This record gives sequence, C-alpha cells and structure tokens, in this order.
Amino acid sequence: MTSGLTSLTASAIRERVARRDVSAEQVVRAHLDRIATVEPAVDAFLALAVERALESARRLDRDLAAGADAPALAGVPIAVKDIVHVSGLATTCGSRILAGYRPPFEATVVTRLEAAGAIVLGKANMDEFAMGSSTEHSAFKATRNPWDRERVPGGSSGGSAAAVAARMVPLALGTDTGGSIRQPAALCGVSGLKPTWGRASRYGIVAFASSLDQVGPLARSVPDLAIAASVLCGHDPADATSSSRPVPDFASLLSRGASGLRLGVPRRFIALGVEAETLARFDEALGALERAGASVVDVELPHLPHAIAAYYLVATAEASSNLARFDGVRYGARAGAAPDLKRLYGETRDHGFGAEVKRRILLGTFALSSGYYDAYYLRAQKVRTLIRRDFEQAFESCDAIATPTTPAPAFRFGEKTEDPLQMYLADIFTVPANLAGLPGLSLPCGLAGGLPVGLQLVGRPFEEETLLRLGAGFQQATSHHELAPPL
Amino acid sequence: MTRITEDTVDAVARLARLSLSPDERTRFARELEAIVAWADSLQALDTDGVPPLRLEAADDALRDDTAREGLGREQAVGPAPDQAEGLFRVPRILP
Repeated sequence: MTSGLTSLTASAIRERVARRDVSAEQVVRAHLDRIATVEPAVDAFLALAVERALESARRLDRDLAAGADAPALAGVPIAVKDIVHVSGLATTCGSRILAGYRPPFEATVVTRLEAAGAIVLGKANMDEFAMGSSTEHSAFKATRNPWDRERVPGGSSGGSAAAVAARMVPLALGTDTGGSIRQPAALCGVSGLKPTWGRASRYGIVAFASSLDQVGPLARSVPDLAIAASVLCGHDPADATSSSRPVPDFASLLSRGASGLRLGVPRRFIALGVEAETLARFDEALGALERAGASVVDVELPHLPHAIAAYYLVATAEASSNLARFDGVRYGARAGAAPDLKRLYGETRDHGFGAEVKRRILLGTFALSSGYYDAYYLRAQKVRTLIRRDFEQAFESCDAIATPTTPAPAFRFGEKTEDPLQMYLADIFTVPANLAGLPGLSLPCGLAGGLPVGLQLVGRPFEEETLLRLGAGFQQATSHHELAPPL
Repeated sequence: MTRITEDTVDAVARLARLSLSPDERTRFARELEAIVAWADSLQALDTDGVPPLRLEAADDALRDDTAREGLGREQAVGPAPDQAEGLFRVPRILP
C-alpha cells in the first residue's frame, strides 16, 4: 500500500490523500522510512521533526475523515531550508553562531504551506547563511550529491535539492540570492523556481541580501512547482517588500504549454564558457521546446558579463549589514567571557562565523566603507540598472531567456574551496535574474558525463506563469525530470 | 588598482566587529585583493547618468498606521544567551 509512495510527485500524493486511498500518516511514514535508508549516504537534513510531522499528519487525517476538503498540498511531505523559521524547530542557517536558537515566530511561507496541508519533515542543510554554491560551507556537514557522492549537490539550498532528488521528499523550500534554488536544482536533477523579487513574503526568513533574496520551491515536476508557487506567493502585511499583485492559480494555466512563446538565447553570453556536453544538452533542450511549439530568437545582453562582479559587491555589502545583528547579545551563541562589549562582539563573531561568511562580511564592509562606496557599491547598483535594461530590451523580442543553469555539472568536494573566485564564477548564469529582480526556473535537461545539468528560463517580472508554461511543455515532451539518481 | 593590505583588512574587520587571527588577516588580505582586482572590471563601464537600481515590487508599501500585537518581551528575550529580569544582559559598558 505504501510502497512506491516516495516516487510520487506532490500532486499525485495530494490526489491519493484527497481520495483517502492513503492516509497522510502513511505518506509521512513512507518518506521517513526512505529518509532512514538514504539519508546516511546523502546528509541532506540538519534536523528531522518526526513527532511534529506525525502529529500534523494525524490532524490532517482526522480533518479529512470529518469531511473537510483536501487543501492544495494535503499530506505532502516537505523539507525546509534551515534559514526559514518553522515553529517549534531550531533555525541554524548552517552556522555555529546560531547554536541553540529557537525562533519565537514562524515564516509566513511555512504557515501558508502548512495551512495548505504540507507536512514539514525536517530542516535542510545549506551553506552557512546561504553563502556558497556547494553546501560545503555548512558549519555542520557536507551534503552529498545523490548522483555521485564524491560531488557537491550545489548550493546554497543543497540539502533541499538533494532531499528532493533522493526521493526523501517530493517538495522542498529553498532561498535564492544568486542562484541558490536554481543551481542546486540543476546539479541534483530536480526543478526549482525562484519567483520575482517581492512575489513571496520573506518574513521569518533570515536575510542575506535583501534586494536579491527570494524564497521558492524545488520539486520533481513543473506542476508541483506551480501548485507550491500559488500557495507561497502573495502579499504579506508582515513583509513590506511583498507585492500585492494577484497570484494566479499557476497550475490551471499550464495546459497552454509552450505553444506560441518566444525564447531568447544570448549566444554571445553563453559562449563565455560552458562545458561542451552541458552545451549539447542545452541545445537539445531548445530543440525540444521548439517541437513543443516555442520559437527561438537570438538576443543580446551586453552587460551580463559584468553581473558576477556587481553581484558579489551588492550581495556582500547587504550581507555585511544584515549579519551585523549576530553579535552574541540577542540570539544564539556567545563566545567566552569577554570583559567588554566590543570584545564580546568581535570574539563571538570570529568564533561563530565560518571563513566564507567572514570573507563576505569583509568584502561587503569594504565596498560600503568611506572612500570606496562610490567606486564599488554605488557603481555596482548602477550596473544593475544596465543589466535590468538589457533584459527589458531583450523582452521586446522574446517572452523568456534561455541559458544553461550552470556552466558545468556538479564539481568534486574541495575542487573550488581553495579559490573563492572560481566558486563565484560558477554562478555566472544565475545571478543576473537576482540583480534584475526577475523570476527564474531551472529544469533538468539530461545528463552530462552521467551527471544532471539544468536548463534555465528567466522571465519578465511577475510573469512566473510564462516560465511554468514553458517548463510544463518541456516536461511533457521530455522525460529528463523522471530520471532518478542511483541510490 | 586597489591594494588590499593586512592594514586594510584590519581596518575593515574593526568596522565589521570581527576579531581575526593573524592567519586569517594574511589569508583574507590575499583573497580580497584578488576578488577586488577582478571586481575592478566594473570601473571600465560607462555609468554616467545611470541611476542605481531601485526595485519596486511593493506597489503599495503604505499601510494604515494601526497598532498590532508584537512579540511579547518574554518571547523576544527568550533566545538570548544571557538575560536577566526580561532584559538582554551584556558586560558592563560604563566605568
């Protein structure tokens, strides 16, 4: 009865739970069993919430038995990146500085997902404070790529992506500041959506770079992303940056598929460096989209080669400000018994933060400091305008822009940790969407050297449905998203 | 090109309230110099008359100014590593 439940998509689970073919508790237990089997090999979770999950499942089962309507994600087990507050659970952000922290409030997106019947199974591993592209910067452990345990799952939402790929959950929450949903989705062979900046509430999510951060879903199919996005998105009075634009029922729009949509391909930008097999998968994906009814045009995005430099100045500047709050006074751990307040701050932060976080705080503080602000931070913000204008111009001749999600498949542990710049350069295709505040979608588009690679689609602001339609059309025409890692 | 020396790192670390070890100072000076040298590519772009980007997702950022329940003091102070009488406790700052 419960065998095979872990291979189902979120929508298939919801359907069975709604028909009461299977109980939410059975669904949860099946996924917990799967976690017990594969988690030792993957290390996707920082904490499991077994009792909390079983209680939620039983409550849902009682409601359904009493005749309640099944909500959109009834009985769907989810993993939540450990930067997002869930009531009753610790939040670590993958950092020692938050040791023991239990947030006194919950993220709006989690409240919404739970109201829609989703059941939190645990908190997913991540690069410390979402700073990284490999999940190697977690203070606690490295998550392994389910496709090759010698390789990284990507990051920073590496635990979320690995958990979905390894069939431990059908759906997970990630956050994306420079690609942290799309890049691990691509490297683990799952689908991931970064909504438009301002589309979903960030209340209860620890801030990294506030003008870039967004929360979004990872799943094994586009319809699942669409259902989750309709639940997640929308105005929240607790987040003044969240938009009050109406949120469509994305799933109901997918039947229109890719037909009639125009894809812009920035060939010159892509030529800056994509590994050959990854590029071959990308070109095949474009072919599949054309057969699904989309057309392909060339576009120019002349300022995108500057995106990484602008990104690492803006993101680190904002991070240096946002992370000032971790000072050993209000939350988490405090180092030693410093005799005065300044030393308490300095020692708490030196002991509590890992090397990548310190590196970025230093770079960001430098970019904001007197004498350098105009040349670095302000100039980078102006370059964002140039990049946004590039996109606006390109969107006059196309509805979405297609690139590979990453220049290459998953790299090996340690391959880029000694050279931070090399790690940063691998984000070349994902950071432009964050800089311009645009929605982005990554879809599995096959294997390169036996490892998954992703197709990225970037759309106009608040036009997530265009990306999801293209994605649904692509997944109807192909079966890459059904490939499972050999675990 | 902007030189990042250990003195630069010291000054920035002071601003950022980070007490670095000598090894960290050396390492970060080297790494930051490489990153900043590469970020200097932005200096070649013509940004005259280009405004800094301002994202406008929040189309109605204004709301009615009505009082709402906030976190209670106990909840707010609860996660602190050291507290007393509902207050955050820190080392003495006055002589």
